[in-house]
Amino acid sequence: MRKRSLALIVYFLFILLPIYWMVNMSLKTNDQILVGFSLLPENPTLTNYVEIFTNPAWYSGYINSIIYVCINTVLSVLVALPAAYAFSRYRFIGDKHMFFWLLTNRMAPPAVFLLPFFQLYSTIGLFDTHLAVALAHMLFNVPLAVWILEGFMSGVPREIDETAYLDGYTFPRFFVRVFLPLIRSGIGVTAFFCFMFSWVELLLARTLTTVDAKPIAATMTRTVSAAGMDWGVLAAAGVLTIVPGALVIWFVRNYIAKGFALGRV
Amino acid sequence: MKKIPNNRAWFLVLPVFVTVAFSAIIPLMTVVNYSVQDIFGPYNRVFVGTEFFEMVLQDRDLHEALQRQLLFSFWVLLIEVPLGIAIALALPVRGWLASLCLVLIALPLLIPWNVVGTIWQIFARPDIGLAGVAVNRLGIHYNYTAEPFDAWLTVLVMDVWHWTPLVALLCYAGLRAIPDAFYQAARIDGASAWAVFRYIQLPKLRGVLMIAVLLRFMDSFMIYTEPFVLTGGGPGNSTTFLSQFLTTLAVGRFDLGPAAAFSIIYFLIILLFCWIFYTVIENLGRAPR
Repeated sequence: MRKRSLALIVYFLFILLPIYWMVNMSLKTNDQILVGFSLLPENPTLTNYVEIFTNPAWYSGYINSIIYVCINTVLSVLVALPAAYAFSRYRFIGDKHMFFWLLTNRMAPPAVFLLPFFQLYSTIGLFDTHLAVALAHMLFNVPLAVWILEGFMSGVPREIDETAYLDGYTFPRFFVRVFLPLIRSGIGVTAFFCFMFSWVELLLARTLTTVDAKPIAATMTRTVSAAGMDWGVLAAAGVLTIVPGALVIWFVRNYIAKGFALGRV
Repeated sequence: MKKIPNNRAWFLVLPVFVTVAFSAIIPLMTVVNYSVQDIFGPYNRVFVGTEFFEMVLQDRDLHEALQRQLLFSFWVLLIEVPLGIAIALALPVRGWLASLCLVLIALPLLIPWNVVGTIWQIFARPDIGLAGVAVNRLGIHYNYTAEPFDAWLTVLVMDVWHWTPLVALLCYAGLRAIPDAFYQAARIDGASAWAVFRYIQLPKLRGVLMIAVLLRFMDSFMIYTEPFVLTGGGPGNSTTFLSQFLTTLAVGRFDLGPAAAFSIIYFLIILLFCWIFYTVIENLGRAPR
């Protein structure tokens, strides 16, 4: 037992040390970073964070990212709900192929697909909008959402459906009033995973935006190349990108384990 | 649960089909178009058939990138899957400590991929990075910007750091789904810890492990952003993986035709491997019965 906790502690150190190092750097000025090596910041300073919160070029990136991530999460969950219900309850022509086809959408190497994406969204006039990024990210989030939700829905016995129909519920009313509350935690977990994958994706988001919807991740790469290496601000921006995800995971922490456990194991 | 045959269920799947097809099929057809035509301008294009495919398949640089990629994905799976299982087994089961561990373990997953690259770029620098300085103080010469092997190793360690939590979370969920009755039966039989793992836990983890292996394979095979930020593919070509090679071809040299032909081959390779993994893992679990 003691050996086991020791191994765990070593692993958590491995996870946390790189993150700690970034936090450490974000509290230093550029000179302090480049001059010497120190485990703790000697004169912790918040100037890097002040720079991010007062400069629109920086903070608008966060706002853009959060907007398209939220649109994506809501849309993905909304279209995935009925589909997952269909997969969990009915057998229909091509259902297995459909499920596998959804998965193959995660397998396309992005580099060359970026140009057609750019052309497609320019043609329909969505280029440089939050909606474009949200729609493009649905490509890999919807399959995942369907998969997780299907697991949860298979855990709900069908007798509940049948009883509700006997009681005179119509399908939409049953779905919203009876069924959705039963899989609440599943929806939470699905939303978390959609949020996560949309938040960390860079290539599509960067290709489909220029100014108005530019995500924070793209802001970071461009600032680096333009102004040389401003390590302090870069580290501070990095620290701030962890915060939204950490908040979301705190809310769903108790359901995450269940998310994969039901149905599909 | 037995499923009812009902083709009207397609109406429920339709929204998903439409939204995904919109973003998937049109770009895919465009790429297929690029791959069989040489495009000089909007109204000037020549059908070249399989010429680009043949060209790409004979490219020496590509063969080397493919080998590096296969080696990388092989090590990623070999390290991350057993490590993820071990962590899942060691994590506390309940209480506030379990919640805290879950939140901490999920942190690397929530960091944008280019930030992951940035973190490791800073962390591993031999002059100002904690890891770089520590390793050099131990007397091992380490410099990922100059030594090809060090760069390769840094990318691998970064990937382990970044993605092992996903395997661990999946396995943790799988372990929680095993009913207590199985463990009680094992205790009555006086089974050793290894026997419990081999004959109860591992078979029950098959489903989540399948997903973990497939996801890890796909993502490691298409890894782009992190090594691009960390090493930019260098030094030399030592960390130029397939997707980096592809991007150079498509964006750097603007050879759209070969690049498109190559993406289709790339996609087929991934599909093939996923299918192999899928079949093998399916049969592994079924065979002893």
